[in-house]
Amino acid sequence: MTGTRASTTTSTRASESGVEYRSYYGQPVIKRPTWKTPDVPVYFFLGGLAGGSSVLAELGELSGRFRLARAGQVTAAAASAGSVFALIHDLGRPERFLNMLRVFKPTSPLSVGSWVLASYGTLAGAGAVSRVAGVLPPAGRCATAGAAALGPVMTTYTAVLVADTAVPAWHEGYRELPFVFAGSALASAGGLGMLAAPREAGPARLAAVAGTGMELAADRLMSHRLGFLAEPYHHGRAGRWMRAGKVLGAAGAAGALGALVREPGRRGGRVASVLSAISASALLASSLCTRFGVFEAGRASADDPKYTVVPQRERLDARNARNV
Amino acid sequence: MSNQLYGPVDDVAQQAGYEPDHPPRMGFLTDTSVCIGCKACEVACKEWNGVPGTELDLLGTSYDNTGDLGANTWRHVAFVEQAKPRRELVDLGMPAMGPPGGQEAEQPDQDLRWLMMSDVCKHCTHAACLDVCPTGSLFRTEYGTVVVQEDICNGCGYCVPACPYGVLDVRPGDGRAWKCTLCYDRLSDGMEPACAKACPTDSIQFGPVEELRERGQQRVEELRAAGIDEAQLYGADPGDGVGGDGCFFLLLDEPEVYGLPPDPIVTTRDLPSMWKHAAAAAATVAATAVAAFVGSRR
Repeated sequence: MTGTRASTTTSTRASESGVEYRSYYGQPVIKRPTWKTPDVPVYFFLGGLAGGSSVLAELGELSGRFRLARAGQVTAAAASAGSVFALIHDLGRPERFLNMLRVFKPTSPLSVGSWVLASYGTLAGAGAVSRVAGVLPPAGRCATAGAAALGPVMTTYTAVLVADTAVPAWHEGYRELPFVFAGSALASAGGLGMLAAPREAGPARLAAVAGTGMELAADRLMSHRLGFLAEPYHHGRAGRWMRAGKVLGAAGAAGALGALVREPGRRGGRVASVLSAISASALLASSLCTRFGVFEAGRASADDPKYTVVPQRERLDARNARNV
Repeated sequence: MSNQLYGPVDDVAQQAGYEPDHPPRMGFLTDTSVCIGCKACEVACKEWNGVPGTELDLLGTSYDNTGDLGANTWRHVAFVEQAKPRRELVDLGMPAMGPPGGQEAEQPDQDLRWLMMSDVCKHCTHAACLDVCPTGSLFRTEYGTVVVQEDICNGCGYCVPACPYGVLDVRPGDGRAWKCTLCYDRLSDGMEPACAKACPTDSIQFGPVEELRERGQQRVEELRAAGIDEAQLYGADPGDGVGGDGCFFLLLDEPEVYGLPPDPIVTTRDLPSMWKHAAAAAATVAATAVAAFVGSRR
């Protein structure tokens, strides 16, 4: 041992923001979620689409836009069923999916969410069946109204689900993520309305534009407040998904805005119809991309110890300095 | 009841609904200052609990070929080799090179120091894994520990990213989440956990948490008096972000050096605020949709 200088094997790394931190061989501190892709991003997307569609469907019904209402109801039922399927498929023991309903646990967003999803799915399904098959219309109307009441919750509870973890990019964004998800859901529902009921889709276009605006604004706010913790949303695979979501969303919203000004009608409206359909598809794709982006950003945030260690060390040092 | 989600809790088992005559809260003090890195704890734990073995792997991280806590590792011994400024030590008259008396040879100004720690589930006072489990599989025992009921767990995996220490994981091929049970079966028969039993240096001490906290504090003072200023307790403070850990540590460097979070906070602390923000977003969706219909001609 004489004369040799032992090397330090605890890493002292400088993060991209130039802050030094130490870690155990650069290994993650927390565990990345075991949730699978595409299961969980699709579960988020379909749940949001369903919730938004229910709201638009109910308002469509009340305002005499029956084609829009029907499209929204059918979408809500199909999307919520798809969402449930994706959730069950993601479980490690799918045959035990009913254990989600063993208890109602307010401290678990997944417990609350499972109950919301189960109730909502039942109501949306019942409403859609009643509408399409023409059976028990009064019961169907009640079911649809009930689904619409739960619709806004459907668009936001998944944001609470991801935020209620130790994943820095998710947890620290808990204030804005519900608005990102809600805006995205509203935009996707608006897009669906534009596709399925173009002649009655005025409000859907407005909702799509507003939803996209909400999503982009919330995302900007979140990035600003997160500082270096927002890196995972901008770099790597997650960054690509998020950028795709923003570009598609902006394009879709611009198209929807254009279609609002010049609505597809009988004369010369062919091109406008096609553009409207393209915009709607872009809005739907954008919503899906955003969910993938948030999901991947969480994984990246969990994998790199700096996102856990640096803020905590700063907080601890500041507290110790105050207490001295 | 106060401090349900965050903050110090006097009686964690009572908060979970047990009668006042429950046994005292049990946990570990893992004193890394006497750990010799033998990994008897890892082996004993796997043997007793029937935890699946893993293939021999050479990870290149000193003597740590286990890697991390996980579904198949409930005790993980970490090894850190550090260069530290040479400490003035007691001269033991050890043999050296060269003729006697000619020992003005250059002494290295750096010493090699070896940190060894047996990591384990912290059995937090405010356990995020327990809070987020949607099936009720994770529960608080009468000893104040946190245990997964494997016949209920459906592998939703929510506990995995919720844990601020990265303890739990889903077992490949099995689908369920697994972690240290603090040998609940052994406790129920008045025995100490397997790892504590196997530890040859009593680095792993098992007992009532209150008593262990006192012991830990005394040991830290002892070490500091001997000149080891970096000695610190980790997870012993009920005022910390998880309400204190049932299983806490005496470390000889900062937590992050061992792979531990410096200042963990249970995610559930912010849950009420999360729901408020979600409610505001939901209300915005509803209001925006209404406005879209009101403001639309067709």
